[in-house]
Amino acid sequence: MKITQISVFLENKQGRLREVCSVLGKERINIRALTIAESEQFGIARMVVDRHEDAIRVLKEQGFVAQLTDIVALEVDDSPGGLAHILQTLDDEKVNVEYMYGFVEKHSNKALMVFRFDDTDRALQVLREKGISVVGKKDIGAL
Amino acid sequence: MDCVFWDKKTELMPRQDLERLQLERLRSTVGSALRTEWYRKRLPKVGISKPDDIRSLDDIRRIPFTMKDDLRQGYPYGLLAVDLSDVVRMHASSGTTGIPTVIFHTYQDLMGWADVVARSIVATGATKQDVFQNMMSYGLFTGGLGLHYGAERVGMMVIPVGGGNTKRQVQLMKDFRSTVLHITPSYLLHLYEKLGECEAKVEDLFLKKAYLGAEPYSENTRTKLEELFSIDVYNSYGLSEMNGPGVAFECVHKCGMHLWEDVYFVEIINPETGERVPDGAIGEVVLSNVTRSATPILRYRTRDLAFLYPEPCACGRTHRRLSRITGRSDDMLIINGANVFPSQIEEVVMRIPEVGTNYQICLEKDGALDKLIVKVEIYSKMFHGSVHELDALKKRIKDELRSSITIGAHIELHEPGSLPSFEGKGKRVIDKRIRL
Repeated sequence: MKITQISVFLENKQGRLREVCSVLGKERINIRALTIAESEQFGIARMVVDRHEDAIRVLKEQGFVAQLTDIVALEVDDSPGGLAHILQTLDDEKVNVEYMYGFVEKHSNKALMVFRFDDTDRALQVLREKGISVVGKKDIGAL
Repeated sequence: MDCVFWDKKTELMPRQDLERLQLERLRSTVGSALRTEWYRKRLPKVGISKPDDIRSLDDIRRIPFTMKDDLRQGYPYGLLAVDLSDVVRMHASSGTTGIPTVIFHTYQDLMGWADVVARSIVATGATKQDVFQNMMSYGLFTGGLGLHYGAERVGMMVIPVGGGNTKRQVQLMKDFRSTVLHITPSYLLHLYEKLGECEAKVEDLFLKKAYLGAEPYSENTRTKLEELFSIDVYNSYGLSEMNGPGVAFECVHKCGMHLWEDVYFVEIINPETGERVPDGAIGEVVLSNVTRSATPILRYRTRDLAFLYPEPCACGRTHRRLSRITGRSDDMLIINGANVFPSQIEEVVMRIPEVGTNYQICLEKDGALDKLIVKVEIYSKMFHGSVHELDALKKRIKDELRSSITIGAHIELHEPGSLPSFEGKGKRVIDKRIRL
């Protein structure tokens, strides 16, 4: 139930993010979710794409520093308190969220969010027990 | 202008007598040197096995030059000429690699150093009535303690504050009416810019003189500082291998620094050929300390470029004047008064596994102060997508660098292949600083 995310190191140079998107675009890869984590002098672009093996290959060919990470895609009630509810559940089980961001498309009429956990396997177990819907690779591919 | 002398007899000694004194002291120093592991191996090879083998001052030319690397190779006790039990202090300064150069001092050596510094201070017209704020670093660096002992010897009140904490520095100047400062030129400029923040104006202070050293600066900068603060600025030259400050110092005429030739034998050489150049010509300063007992050093190549004024000074002192240092004959950098060799930075970068072997050293000005930026390339394999990890890496590099070069650096992480790479010795240092 893990989804693969690509992280790309972005030097604080003008046009670097555009180049990443351009490289992916040329390879006809579709970005489904994207966020940028910034630090003082560099950034890290995190994204979920439709073909991550091709994406990382072509990024590395173009000289980018890129890496794959396991994340989990969760459905969140698209109403006020929806996210708080899921986070409460995770909190109660002492599951730690490192970061999260949103998908472009919805899977159903619920919101779809990317979660990065410090202990992915334990998180998946807890989510299963608590009946929180985890969206699998196939469904992401079909977005 | 009335000149005051600390040691009139020595300072006005006729050249003939001075040279005779030098020869006597040089012989004695050769004797000390032969007691060290280092010189014992080298001097007999050039026919010097006892002090009497030095028959004239010209014979010094037979002695091979001593380089900073030699001091590194001799680390730690290779150049010690006395029993360790007679050593009361050691000072260390930057080596070209992580290994520093060490100078040992006996009690007499320290007294001799204090004396030559006192002589320098009095030559600027300062007296025991002055209040001396010593804003150079104390510690293994010789700038702080060097002037400290000399100023105490003159009898003035010394405020041993060291560097940094500008607000406190200004408060001390106001409260204790400091009249003489010992400081780097960039820090003095920086101080002027910060006076407003410290709620002070130049008129609130009692400054009369500043002794500037540790980094090069121009006549223009001296004039500018004299105008900004309404003080007299005196140039000071020294290096830890030759004790520290007190090697050469300007007198009230402020036209070149009197190099104390009864204590230091000076030669100006062509850095390529090693041959002496005449007075007035720029060359590399080579110094032999002829009064020390613990760490005798002969014909030390300082890598500083300067010239000796051929004409005598109006003050009457017979010790020749050394010009401003015009440059270096090596790649050593001076950053906020600290000596840094690019090779020290390279050594640190090479042993960090997460970054590649390509790096760049960039120097810029940040107001009046220097800013050091070290750019490195991250290894693709070492990237795990975590911001925290990369920030921690930057901090680690910064800490390792500080351990080696003692000053702070800004670290920039770059993508592999984005920094220029070179075959062999490349241009790794980009120095954008405007010369002071």
